Amino acid sequence: MTEPTRRSLLAAGAALLLVRPAHATPQAMAEAIRAFAEGAAKAQPGRVRLDLPALVENGNSAPLTVAVDSPMTPDTFVRRIAVFNEKNPQPNVAVFHLTPRSGRAVVSTRMRLADSQTIVAVAELSDGTFWSARAEVIVTLAACLEGG
Amino acid sequence: MPRTLINVPQSVPRGTVFEIKTLVSHPMETGFRPDESGRLRPRDIIHTFVCTYNGEEVFRAELFPAIAANPFLSFTAVATESGELAFHWTDDHGAIHTETARITVT
Repeated sequence: MTEPTRRSLLAAGAALLLVRPAHATPQAMAEAIRAFAEGAAKAQPGRVRLDLPALVENGNSAPLTVAVDSPMTPDTFVRRIAVFNEKNPQPNVAVFHLTPRSGRAVVSTRMRLADSQTIVAVAELSDGTFWSARAEVIVTLAACLEGG
Repeated sequence: MPRTLINVPQSVPRGTVFEIKTLVSHPMETGFRPDESGRLRPRDIIHTFVCTYNGEEVFRAELFPAIAANPFLSFTAVATESGELAFHWTDDHGAIHTETARITVT
């Protein structure tokens, strides 16, 4: 077993840098939202409430609740709710499919945050309109992307 | 076998909306983390969750690597009749884990 040399350590460091994934960007998030809303630049702000702590101490698990102000009847209901981020490796977080039998359009989960960033929730109603809300979060300990 | 925690009220008045909470043990490996040798650990996440109420789908979630390990989900349903709630988690290996819960509608 040879001692690690300065050269091998540097090479290992470079390899780590190379495999580090590119982060999603606000542009990637905007594209993901457009794909979800099928070309709807019409996702209007409002009717959606996105609750996330403003200050997240542990980015590995941050509680998140999305609520949509809408009746849940067979005529008018929330069809889908999607959550997007701008700085994790991928812009998507989750897509929830609801039905009139859901009763209320309220969903909670826990997400990873790789950095302080903006989170966006978009809701699709049965009448084809899209509504959105955004929340800023500050993360003190980011979700680990590197090994170890 | 993943371990699950399911929280459903035992009995609910007819027509009311009740809350369902589920938690399943799973690493949700993102596919973006290198191991000690610098190679990326392969992605291994639960990508789909479905809840059916007496066989009819009431809630479905598509999950991505940005969901935290041991995915927790909370959602609601309308109490229509007594019966069975079934929960299905599907992971990247195609394995489907199913749990059920009884509910009595009064």
